[in-house]
Amino acid sequence: MNSRYEVVIGLEVHVQLTTKTKIFCGCSKDFGQSPNSQTCPVCLGLPGALPVLSRQVVDDAIKAGLATNCQIAPHSIFARKNYFYPDLPKGYQISQFELPICEHGWLDIETEDSGKKRLGITRIHMEEDAGKLTHNDGNSSSVDLNRACTPLLEVVSEPDMRSSDEAIAYLKQLHQIVVYLGICDGNLDEGSFRCDANVSIRPWGQEELGTRAELKNLNSFRFIKQAIEYEVERQIDVIDAGEQVVQETRLFDPDAGVSRSMRGKEEAHDYRYFPDPDLLPLEVSEQWVEEVRQKLPELPAIKKLRYQEQFGLPEYDAGVIVAERALAEYFEALVAKHDNPKICANWVMGEVLSALKDSDLTISECPVTPELLAGILFRISDNTISGKIAKTVFTEVWQSGKTADEVIEAKGLKQVTDTGAIEAIIDEIIAANPNQAAEYRGGKEKMMGYFVGQVMKASKGKANPGMANQLLKKKLAE
Amino acid sequence: MKISQTDVEKVARLSRLSLAPEDLETMRGQMDAVLGYVDKLNELDTEGIEPMAHAVPMANAFREDEVKPSIGVERALQNAPASGDECFTVPKVIE
Amino acid sequence: MALNEFTITQLRGQLERGETTSVALTQACLARIEATDERLNVFITVCAEEALAAAAVADQQLAAGSGGLLTGIPIAVKDIFNTIDVRTTCASKILDNYISPYDATTITKLREQGAVIVGKLNMDEFAMGSSNENSAAGAVRNPWNVEHVPGGSSGGSAAAVAAGQVVATLGTDTGGSVRQPASHCGVVGLKPTYGRVSRYGVVAFASSLDQVGPVAGNVEDCALLLGAVAGYDPADSTSVDCPVPDYLENLRAGVAGKKIGLPKEYFIDGLDGDVQKSVDAAIKVYKELGAEIVEVSLPHTEYAVACYYLLATAEASSNLARYDGVRFGKRQDDGNGLVNMYEQSRTAGFGAEVKRRIMLGTYALSSGYYDAYYIKAQKVRTLIRQDFLTVFEQVDMLLTPVAPTPAFKIGTMVDDPLKMYLSDIFTIPTNLAGTCAMSLPCGFSEEGLPIGLQLVGKPFAEAEMLQAAYAFEQATEWHKRVPEL
Ligand SMILES: [Mg+2]
Ligand SMILES: [Zn+2]
Repeated sequence: MNSRYEVVIGLEVHVQLTTKTKIFCGCSKDFGQSPNSQTCPVCLGLPGALPVLSRQVVDDAIKAGLATNCQIAPHSIFARKNYFYPDLPKGYQISQFELPICEHGWLDIETEDSGKKRLGITRIHMEEDAGKLTHNDGNSSSVDLNRACTPLLEVVSEPDMRSSDEAIAYLKQLHQIVVYLGICDGNLDEGSFRCDANVSIRPWGQEELGTRAELKNLNSFRFIKQAIEYEVERQIDVIDAGEQVVQETRLFDPDAGVSRSMRGKEEAHDYRYFPDPDLLPLEVSEQWVEEVRQKLPELPAIKKLRYQEQFGLPEYDAGVIVAERALAEYFEALVAKHDNPKICANWVMGEVLSALKDSDLTISECPVTPELLAGILFRISDNTISGKIAKTVFTEVWQSGKTADEVIEAKGLKQVTDTGAIEAIIDEIIAANPNQAAEYRGGKEKMMGYFVGQVMKASKGKANPGMANQLLKKKLAE
Repeated sequence: MKISQTDVEKVARLSRLSLAPEDLETMRGQMDAVLGYVDKLNELDTEGIEPMAHAVPMANAFREDEVKPSIGVERALQNAPASGDECFTVPKVIE
Repeated sequence: MALNEFTITQLRGQLERGETTSVALTQACLARIEATDERLNVFITVCAEEALAAAAVADQQLAAGSGGLLTGIPIAVKDIFNTIDVRTTCASKILDNYISPYDATTITKLREQGAVIVGKLNMDEFAMGSSNENSAAGAVRNPWNVEHVPGGSSGGSAAAVAAGQVVATLGTDTGGSVRQPASHCGVVGLKPTYGRVSRYGVVAFASSLDQVGPVAGNVEDCALLLGAVAGYDPADSTSVDCPVPDYLENLRAGVAGKKIGLPKEYFIDGLDGDVQKSVDAAIKVYKELGAEIVEVSLPHTEYAVACYYLLATAEASSNLARYDGVRFGKRQDDGNGLVNMYEQSRTAGFGAEVKRRIMLGTYALSSGYYDAYYIKAQKVRTLIRQDFLTVFEQVDMLLTPVAPTPAFKIGTMVDDPLKMYLSDIFTIPTNLAGTCAMSLPCGFSEEGLPIGLQLVGKPFAEAEMLQAAYAFEQATEWHKRVPEL
């Protein structure tokens, strides 16, 4: 936090929807196809072609609106945003301007510095994406219109954020919501969730907003944070140098860690928005909104509270597990089989997440299914294996796909619970370590850890640690 | 005068049309005449009147999220003034 | 053989009875075009090969006793309709080499009904004009007097029928573009209610006003052709999902007891004497046929042209942004970068009138003027529509002139766009209101140029309007006259 200036950030997020088809035509929006193969007269902007709105896109917009506490407009309209660019086939983008489908929403976030805070969402509107431009060597650029007419939701926040941390918290939460809703795949790298940030600074106490710069091309949370922080520093330098911040669009270069102005070539925009005469007004009835509301999945914030209440999980654990919808589903499948939610949570947050991270897999690709993991946890609770051995078993299950029982059997990992066998090991160890035994007996209780370790080592980890502890105490007291 | 030459030049830029200097005044004059004429709309009090964007009052035309076959790259590019590697080619766009 | 000697129904009878074949009709049609088009310049593209192939298929269907409403009938369409694998130019240099990869819905419907499409008709560039002089393919000449314009923008569609080159045609009507040329060429032209016919595949001029309309030599053919192309199209969001009646079924119902309104604002001092006389005579005919004639008022009529030229140009400025030399059309590029490529392609590709309207429309939408021009015009449009809805509570339909004068001489109005715009004063209001209207022959000027009568029907009441038109046609001989060529 700067001592002299307050930072003001507003975000515009473009959320690409997971519909099968484009927003205004029936072309598949399957990506990775050869250029211009997913096109038709409508998305090519050929003379005479007309757009027809996908009902699914409206459903998705309503979902997003409800999940971000917006009001769903009973009457909204589509507008044309007119400008020339080679990736924009019709010379205008169909978007919503006046009367968008969702308005007046909010999200609650929490950051270390500012704690809990409510951030406003101005509006969410539906629009079509542009095509893809590639700059060739030499004097030309190539246009691929497969992406043209792909459905987007544009989520516009109020300028309510006061730090890059708040901006990231907002973005992460919005990201989590749209992925939970199943309306976006959330892939930042591929541009499914794109963010532009409007950043300005003003002296503390000043009400009027400073001149803002619009940062573009921010395709990871880390870059967004970097770009905002760079921009704040840049604006402070400009003002400190006695100059004025100019309103402009700036492109962030993540490699260099700097942004540069896109101003100069573009003249002042005049988009000449007007209602698109090719598309009818959209009337969304209360009944329609209710139908969508019924189909909404449980959202992460609510789910988190439920996990705390229903499963008695600590807030932190609940937060980690609900962060991803598929992870929460995994957890719930696990808890349905094994009735100790805390142990389940520990294993999901521990072994499962770290193994996934090491092997670069997602939770839905996890080779240890909730059934298999429950099998391991049962063998811990019935003392067949120790927690430590269980980790070995987990690795084996992960690699082989076998059940815990099969692994334990095949590898002979069953815990030793036979008192006589453990006593024999203990006797040998005490005999081999007379000095340590004397220290313990002399009052150095910390030595107990050493003896337990020796027993576990001698038993190759199979001795029941509780029993070993108990028997050691007894033997050393003799 | 409803419209100046500077306005005409600005509108031409927005429209991506280039007017020869000798045509500028003709265009200005013709636009001026029409704009002078359409001023008669201001004789009408339209306070409280809803603007009409469509000829027939209707709402809600949708399609279902069902994939229809595309026309194919060849057809998509058949009228392209310039193309290469299955793409339309344009003069370099500098950002 | 001139194809205006018979109605579609008569030709269909001859075809079914084997008295002629579609190939023969198509050959006659091609021969007629060959013989007359050098003088008239009606066709931009003649598709002789495709037409003869379609005719051969039609003959097979006829022989098999199958086929649709139009099987074997030679028809031509305005060059604004996309026709697959055939040049679609919109009479513009910018689309000079454009081969459409798809058919307009109306073209698909014509093909489904067995029509033989013989070619693409001349028009004002992008349908902008009232005289067919604004064409990259050159002006169309009026078959009644080649010194005169045929009207526009569907001048080719009207002239082709008048000249007997084809039996019937399709045009489009944004501000009178079917009715005014029909009137000037002495044929029947109909603008359906907005939403009655699909716009999909019809190159857009002003989307909220454009409507496809049939042009034919008589009311019955016009009704038949309307029935063939009308109907809901899921590909056009603005098309209306309401059933299409059989327009031929009750065509003979007559007008006895119908109330026909004469809007006083349409009978003005500036009206040409011959036009006045012809329309007066038509009113008399309707009285004799048993209709009740009442004077009514459409008080906002005088604002229609101003309203129209703001809305139509605004929509057009946006609709014509796609002609940018990127994906199709003529590109001009001197290597000075993208913006230059855009400006040169568009400047070289569009004609003067199109550029003028793009400029006007861009201005009307631009920041600072949007409310004063565009929104104001949209509000006035509401008032104009209300005028019609109010009047239709009192009368069944309206009767007016189509144009203030018969067809004027080529070249006399080109330098005064505003004067040209004002000649559409009687046709524009119905496009703004969205209702249906049609033009049918009701007389000739002293110079021998046709004069048209306009009927304006209630929204979606095309059937009733056609009945009134048919009654008039049966009672008069005007439609039987054909130009000497
Ligand atoms: Mg946007
Ligand atoms: Zn498409």
